[in-house]
Amino acid sequence: MPYSIIDKIWEAHEIAKEDEMSLLYIDRHLTHEVTSPVAFSDMKKKGYKVRRPDLSLAVMDHNVPTDSKVNPTIDELSKQQMDALWENSKTFNVPLLDFYSPYQGIIHVVGPELGFSLPGLTIAAGDSHTSTHGALGSLAFGIGTSEVEHVFVTQTLWIKKPKQFKIKINGKLNKGVSAKDVALYIIGKIGTGGAIGHIIEYSGEAVSDMEVEGRMTLCNMSIEAGARTAIVAPDEKTFSYVKNAPLAPKGSEWEEAVKYWESLKSDPNAKYEKEIEIDASSIKPMVTWGTNPAMVIPIDGEVPYPSEVKDESLRAEYERALKYMGLNPGQKITDVKVDYVFIGSCTNARLSDLIEAAKVVKNKKVSKGVKALVVPGSEWVKRTAERLGLHRIFIEAGFEWRHSGCSMCIAMNSDRLPPGKRSASTSNRNFENRQGPGGRTHLVSPAMAAAAAIYGHFVDVRNVEISEVV
Amino acid sequence: MPEKIEGKVIPLPQDNIDTDQIIPAQFLRFLKKEGLGKYLFYRWRYDENERPKADFVLNDPRFKDGTVLVSKKNFGIGSSRENAVWALTDYGIKAVLAESFGDIFYGNSIKNGLACIKLPESIINDIIEKAKEGKLTVTIDLLNKKVVYAGKEISFEIEEYARRRLISGESEIEYTLSHYSKKIEEYERNMKSFVKTNFNEALRKLLEG
Ligand code: SF4
Repeated sequence: MPYSIIDKIWEAHEIAKEDEMSLLYIDRHLTHEVTSPVAFSDMKKKGYKVRRPDLSLAVMDHNVPTDSKVNPTIDELSKQQMDALWENSKTFNVPLLDFYSPYQGIIHVVGPELGFSLPGLTIAAGDSHTSTHGALGSLAFGIGTSEVEHVFVTQTLWIKKPKQFKIKINGKLNKGVSAKDVALYIIGKIGTGGAIGHIIEYSGEAVSDMEVEGRMTLCNMSIEAGARTAIVAPDEKTFSYVKNAPLAPKGSEWEEAVKYWESLKSDPNAKYEKEIEIDASSIKPMVTWGTNPAMVIPIDGEVPYPSEVKDESLRAEYERALKYMGLNPGQKITDVKVDYVFIGSCTNARLSDLIEAAKVVKNKKVSKGVKALVVPGSEWVKRTAERLGLHRIFIEAGFEWRHSGCSMCIAMNSDRLPPGKRSASTSNRNFENRQGPGGRTHLVSPAMAAAAAIYGHFVDVRNVEISEVV
Repeated sequence: MPEKIEGKVIPLPQDNIDTDQIIPAQFLRFLKKEGLGKYLFYRWRYDENERPKADFVLNDPRFKDGTVLVSKKNFGIGSSRENAVWALTDYGIKAVLAESFGDIFYGNSIKNGLACIKLPESIINDIIEKAKEGKLTVTIDLLNKKVVYAGKEISFEIEEYARRRLISGESEIEYTLSHYSKKIEEYERNMKSFVKTNFNEALRKLLEG
């Protein structure tokens, strides 16, 4: 029987099956300060241990301050959660990337960059965007806190095997169009529930051409189409990305690993419950106009008319979204002004994202009245960007250059979009109140966010002057 | 857990209710799961001055004692936060009926004894319509896989494991430990060598430069 990469990794990790549920062994478990405390305190109460601390990694990211490591702005509740993770990691012997660690960052950025996440593995984390790690060719699941505890205690997860959804992206992307635009385009096409109950496998020329970090953006955003997770089969690009990671296997183990990874490609006749093909060349830079990522239009588009929507509940949703966003039907998206620009998050704050943004920003100034920040995805990304001089480009233009963390993606620390203010954001969720109560979020690529910062409104980055930065 | 759940219906006729709306991120900063019910649907339920908004269904006196939420497509999509389920159960919600659910939310709900039942659009619309006056009660019969309301009996599909766990309420961790510890050990003995990590040591080296 032909196997997809999903079948291959699944079968290699399936310990048992009961009814429709499989018991999967989990090779890597990442955890953060927000979704772990209840799991740890229950474990204490019941006298459980972490079965495999060596396969676990704790990171502080969600509510860490990004303004300073010396004199950080932090509220009492966030501090309590950070302290609790510190204590729990000691009690349970789990390695921790603390707020002060030079390798701290957003879990979905540090996992792959350290080589903790690798191709062919099963990965779990108490965070929906764990799908990001699928870009390396792993099966990576976002889980709830009860499951976090289950993985800590048993190193396994009960999970119903999702259906499989193949998305083939043919042809080449146009200049100025990035993985983020592809992701938004796909979500716009299949909807927020379009991949519920499925694992997406991305393939096709545009995906092969994409660098690994772009594939991470694509897999990351798949959650916003409802996917259980997403995956890209590992190739030469993946191997060279992983090889440079400090914790990647070495010597004969590396050889063994690559041999195994090469066997993971989907067989030619592998079965998928759903399949779609997309023409890469038809994708333009995208901007969301509404309050979920499927409410998206190309940069030359106009805010839609709810009256033209046939489905009654969708029409109601459109009306509600327009009201929340303070937009009018028929409005050109390029006429929409922004107050904030946020370049950050596990979707788009890796080195390549910062490079793309810096290319747009170089030798220009942030538009008057716009508050713009760059929040690198990890401290390693931050240091590397600084070695390349990117921070100067941003700072000279008027951006704030921050420490890493989730920051204004989720607004749990003090980085918030104020009520009624509008942002161009490289994050993944434009839900009501997501970036701060009453805040209005437009999701875009790093280059598009940078361009919006310079012009003060959305512009087609394909028409903007691009400078070399590295 | 009971085999039958009975309660008054609260209609929330909206698609795509994400977990950020069910419980906003600012209420994820506690160290316990208890007490989240008062923050359920916080931004829809209260104004900036924390006064209840009259037009939100949970503030309507007719639905005060409601325990079964009925919504539309993709309920619970978005963030994996189990706090969304804890907020619902802490408020007193025992079941959610919807056309579809976010995958992670659905998994979380089972672990906490919150019954999430998928029903076709026509049935959901009928229940919502009949629930408007705040007088409709439904019974969810997990044993016979039926929803009973207004004299109608509707069969539903549910995964066997979900049904079993909702009825028994047993601890999944205890179950796995007692049935599968041996198999897990055996699996670990045969793991590919590159999968193992000496992460602690490697990290120490990295930090020492
Ligand atoms: S950056 Fe945003 S989406 Fe990513 S892990 Fe942090 S809060 Fe979640």
